[in-house]
Amino acid sequence: MAGNPCSMKVRAKVKIDNVKKVFAGRNGETVALNGVNFNIEENEFICVVGPSGCGKSTLLNIIAGLEEPTEGKVYVDDKEVKGTGAERGVVFQQYALFPWLTVRKNIEFGLKLKNLRQDEIDRITKRYLDMVDLKEFAESYPKELSGGMKQRVAIARAYAVNPKVLLMDEPFGALDAQSRTQLQSELLKTWEEERKTCFFITHDVDEAIILAQRVVIMSARPGRVKEVVDVDITYPRTQETKMTKKFLELKRYIWGNVYQEYLAVRK
Amino acid sequence: MRKQGKLTDLMSHVPNWVWLLISLVMGFMVWQLLADTPKTSIVFASPKEIVLAFIKEEKLHTIWTNIGISLFRVLAGFAIGFVVAIPIAFLMGWYKIFRNLVEPWIQFIRNIPPIAYIPLIIAGVGVGERAKVTVIFIATFLVMVVSIYQGVRNVDETLIKAAKILGANNRVIFLKVVVPASIPFILVGVRLGLAAALTTLVAAEMTGASSGLGMMVWSAGQYFDMPVVLLGIIIIGIIGLIFEEIVKFLERRLTGWQETHVA
Repeated sequence: MAGNPCSMKVRAKVKIDNVKKVFAGRNGETVALNGVNFNIEENEFICVVGPSGCGKSTLLNIIAGLEEPTEGKVYVDDKEVKGTGAERGVVFQQYALFPWLTVRKNIEFGLKLKNLRQDEIDRITKRYLDMVDLKEFAESYPKELSGGMKQRVAIARAYAVNPKVLLMDEPFGALDAQSRTQLQSELLKTWEEERKTCFFITHDVDEAIILAQRVVIMSARPGRVKEVVDVDITYPRTQETKMTKKFLELKRYIWGNVYQEYLAVRK
Repeated sequence: MRKQGKLTDLMSHVPNWVWLLISLVMGFMVWQLLADTPKTSIVFASPKEIVLAFIKEEKLHTIWTNIGISLFRVLAGFAIGFVVAIPIAFLMGWYKIFRNLVEPWIQFIRNIPPIAYIPLIIAGVGVGERAKVTVIFIATFLVMVVSIYQGVRNVDETLIKAAKILGANNRVIFLKVVVPASIPFILVGVRLGLAAALTTLVAAEMTGASSGLGMMVWSAGQYFDMPVVLLGIIIIGIIGLIFEEIVKFLERRLTGWQETHVA
């Protein structure tokens, strides 16, 4: 039987077990994912790269519980994923901040649903406002913030409810190069401190290598795991890490691999 | 080239109220010109004649009665329309079954000018105040239900996802995401509803009423009393502008958080 707990690695936080996703469309069925198998270990930072349309986001939505797999299952701590749950936080590319709420109220949103006492809510909100360095903007509305600041609020909001796993769907994809680098560094720093299990989607190979311990390369549609590459570069990593020989070797290797898939899509 | 540059530079320093004043003065000059030209003077009574008409009507107190009764009809019809439109629009936006059953009828009825129902309404509730308020209610309700419902349906899907991820159930999603996200559309509905109320009011009063601005314009027209006709039209215009300003004020207060305004 699929998903027998005995077959799992001991430390696997998230187990993706033979996931298949088929979308029924006007022009027949589209197989977005087929036979996707891999584990995300506890405290691991894992990045997924692949050409557009390879089903990366679909996979994230399935783990988040926003979509159901056609076949296969996803387990978090040996428990099958059924619908969304506060133990799985998500950061979306489009920020998804509530525009009618201030930065503070956005971060409080999930905490208020947990029935915490107000002083507890205040304490946690303050902590994450500090973490993303947005204290002075606590009472601002999202429209007053730059893209990078909005995404910091979204990250703080996701962290505040203390999920076991953080799922990030190209969170820096809409940002300019400078904010992007800055947010990468901040996220690295936070991860090095908290070691929160992270599943991070990107199409930027540099970003994947600088952040992740392992990079999952996905093939063009139907999406499946083509290769999993270990990034054996020690933390703490900085932007300088991008100049090292090891980094460039990995980049050449992963990029070559992904590029083949881009070509496959173009055909 | 330089001269033109200087001119536009100078123009951009003129405050808005000065422009408004210039525009008003120009308007009055054109109006006076039309009043002085024999061919158009039949229609366009001069500004002075209108002021005289206002003083005459003011002395008889009829002007205030007419304004008062018209405002009452507009606001009563609008208020009932709003109170009924809100729950129906949200039910349509939120429950697919309800939407499927109700939407075809709303789409059908909203293309019929409300004036066409007047005979039915008079047969049903008589010719008194209730008839006028009912027509305005129907007109405002239809306009508002459609625009509010569009708002409920167009709530950004990612925001609903984000709320779900943070642990919101359906009730919380409705109250904390769908309702606040719909407020800009509710205000668009209010603006369109008030405009529809005014349009319908005048038409309703013209088809038989013993008071109101529509009646005033209509009956003065029967006697070719153009100063009173124009006076009535101007007052209706001013009421429309005041409504517009009230909605703008509400928008600034309630939807200041928006990146760009809907309307």
